[in-house]
Amino acid sequence: MTAVKNIQLNRQGRLQHFLSTEGLPRQLLLDILDYAESFTGVGVRAVKKVPLLRGKTIVNLFFETSTRTRTTFELAAKRLSADVLNINIAAASTSKGESLLDTLRTLEAMHCDMFVVRHANSGAAHFIAAHVAPHISVINAGDGRHAHPTQAMLDMLTIRRHKKDFAPLRVAIVGDILHSRVARSEIHALNTLGVGEVRVIAAKTLLPKDIESLGVHVFYELKAGLKDVDVVIMLRLQRERMQGALLPSEQEYFANYGLSEARLAVAKDDAIVMHPGPINRGIEIDSQVADGSRSVILQQVSHGIAIRMAVMAMIIGSRSDNAQAAP
Amino acid sequence: MQWMDKEPDFKEMSIRPAALNAEALLKSMTGPLAQRLKNVGGEEPVMIGIQTGGVWVAERLHEALQIALPLGHLNIAFYRDDFSRIGMHPRVTPSRLPFDVEDRHIILVDDVLYTGRTIRAAMNEIFDYGRPAGISLAVLVERSGRELPIQADVAGTSLTLHENEQVKLAGPAPLQLEIKQAK
Repeated sequence: MTAVKNIQLNRQGRLQHFLSTEGLPRQLLLDILDYAESFTGVGVRAVKKVPLLRGKTIVNLFFETSTRTRTTFELAAKRLSADVLNINIAAASTSKGESLLDTLRTLEAMHCDMFVVRHANSGAAHFIAAHVAPHISVINAGDGRHAHPTQAMLDMLTIRRHKKDFAPLRVAIVGDILHSRVARSEIHALNTLGVGEVRVIAAKTLLPKDIESLGVHVFYELKAGLKDVDVVIMLRLQRERMQGALLPSEQEYFANYGLSEARLAVAKDDAIVMHPGPINRGIEIDSQVADGSRSVILQQVSHGIAIRMAVMAMIIGSRSDNAQAAP
Repeated sequence: MQWMDKEPDFKEMSIRPAALNAEALLKSMTGPLAQRLKNVGGEEPVMIGIQTGGVWVAERLHEALQIALPLGHLNIAFYRDDFSRIGMHPRVTPSRLPFDVEDRHIILVDDVLYTGRTIRAAMNEIFDYGRPAGISLAVLVERSGRELPIQADVAGTSLTLHENEQVKLAGPAPLQLEIKQAK
């Protein structure tokens, strides 16, 4: 994955593409959080817009359907005064090369500045970043099971807003780790930011084999895993990505891994509960918890806009380094 | 002052006082500012300082003029006209205007007025919060080199300086003005 690391940063070490939280320096992740922090104020003003990216064109290139992520990217771009193009391409075609590259060439010819890419195949955003013209930057808005870096960073912002310091924290990620690009990006971000302990809690069938190598503690049982945690991140059960009998019935799943108030009792008193959405109520999380006082799920959504504004502004801003080189 | 011991260099075009006393300049501004506020009348005025130096100056003026409403802080990073050339400065403290700007008279405060671009950006940002009744500009130092048709309504002092000279305000306490050779 060293290729990912190199391609994301320009020669000055600033962000050129945002494809994965893996391999990025800690300071850069902190910069993203700091920038986002300063953008959170824009959304509550009378005019919810700043002129930073005026005249830039950002294309939402969605090969896989999404409402939440696309909407927040669109809103983020618009709040920075960029022009936004939404292109939904049928999920049928895969990134085998020809057709995708043709699409890219067409968009390049329209003089766009940034692609926000969502694709069902792992590595798609990286592939596109490696093949686009140098004046175009790529943000990964989710690729297969691989990464969803802006989601991970908005979760980091949410955690930082509630917990002062990352170091002493114990964070548990619960649920379908196997299919979750969110979990992978979160694990890398949490470890880079120096979180004390990262736990994953899931049934064996929903855990990738090599998961420990990412620097996490594995728990197969919810009760043991939630003990004394500061942050609980619930994942959505991705039924659309499941093939074969990976899990029993949904009722049984809830019985074993669903988060209820009673189960949450073993966590720290001030623990917060997060979920990337959309929520499957009664499957991975009880409504009482999702709507309860410890839930920060809706804050995550507003932080998502600030994080996406931050990443877009940083990328376009770091392009000034090679402004001369750009056509 | 060492340079005074030497023969004055007449090719040097700068006109500047032997020393810039920030405290004295501040004191000299309060009278004219109070007069200006009396003239504009209307609703209670508000004061906004531009980060970072402008906020230091504004804090002092805000206190001296006994303005009732809390001081506003403006960070113009998102409104700069050179963003596409130099990018964004990390760790931007967000703007905070703890009052409604609509129909109010605003005293905008900065430490140094130079090209005028900062003030233009600041006014653009203020108008994104609402439509003020008017804006007065107060600066500790106005120096030569304007690139836009913007001038101060109240200034502690006016200096004619070379392009390669820079006025720097250090603070917040004590406030100290220094003229440096730009790198």
